[in-house]
Amino acid sequence: MSDVADRVKKIVVEHLGVDAEKVTDNANFIDDLGADSLDTVELVMAFEEEFNVEIPDDAAETIVTVGDAIKFLEKNAA
Amino acid sequence: MFDLTGRKALVTGATGGIGGAIARALHQQGAIVTLSGTRRSALEELAASLGERVHIVEANLSDKDSVEALVPAAEAAMDGLDILVNNAGVTRDNLFMRMKDEEWDTVIAVNLTAAFRLSRAAVKGMMRRRHGRIVNIGSVVGSTGNPGQGNYAASKAGLIGMTKALAAEVASRNITVNCVAPGFIESPMTDVLNEKQREGILGTIPMGRLGQGDEIASSVVYLASTEAAYVTGHTLHVNGGMAMF
Repeated sequence: MSDVADRVKKIVVEHLGVDAEKVTDNANFIDDLGADSLDTVELVMAFEEEFNVEIPDDAAETIVTVGDAIKFLEKNAA
Repeated sequence: MFDLTGRKALVTGATGGIGGAIARALHQQGAIVTLSGTRRSALEELAASLGERVHIVEANLSDKDSVEALVPAAEAAMDGLDILVNNAGVTRDNLFMRMKDEEWDTVIAVNLTAAFRLSRAAVKGMMRRRHGRIVNIGSVVGSTGNPGQGNYAASKAGLIGMTKALAAEVASRNITVNCVAPGFIESPMTDVLNEKQREGILGTIPMGRLGQGDEIASSVVYLASTEAAYVTGHTLHVNGGMAMF
């Protein structure tokens, strides 16, 4: 597992209060991890802070699974 | 009832007539209070009169950087923020046709845009802590309008709309957002009225007197309390009956 993946999963576990084993690449934030729309906004903001990157609204909309977040941040974070 | 022991509150415009009363009342209910304003000496004087559990963060709300720094500074000083009172306000009265862009811009910046930025910053931590109270101090004029106050009325009406929108967004996180809309209150802002204006105003107030800062402050205490947990998006008019909604 990449360093980015580790950090992403840690943030998801912390913010949503879910078990780490549930946070797989395929896990959908809303359907599988019980997030609501505000949670997803909070997650995006936490990713921005952790990776010091800006995630535009249209990109944020495409991040629906844990894997989506990892892929986006691996590509865009310095 | 209305115990605020250990709650952490930030009050903007704390050296004003109403702001000072709000800070005092929150403090009296047990809250830790950060006083914000532009006049250092007046802030220190108020802090000294309150004693313990008080912090000071100077801020100029017409300056974006100063606004952005305020909530983080208050959170650092108090180790959190439970209650934000957007009280600071200015007037630049002028008849509409004579109103300068600068008079419009200043009033909107301090009364509305600063409240937006401070609320945006405060809500972040409140979401995480799953608790928060935001109280915006509006004005009866935001609902009734007032000649010579196109800018002020717009800013205060804007606060009411903003209050409702934000309240809907964050309600699920136990954060309430409400507005207290004072009528005419004894304060430096109304001290400038001459005797004739004052009489004219009193004629429109069924209660026959101006309000006191304390009477606004007690409404803020209520909305900041646990007891008001189910009240959100509301505008509480405190105006001696001069306008009823």
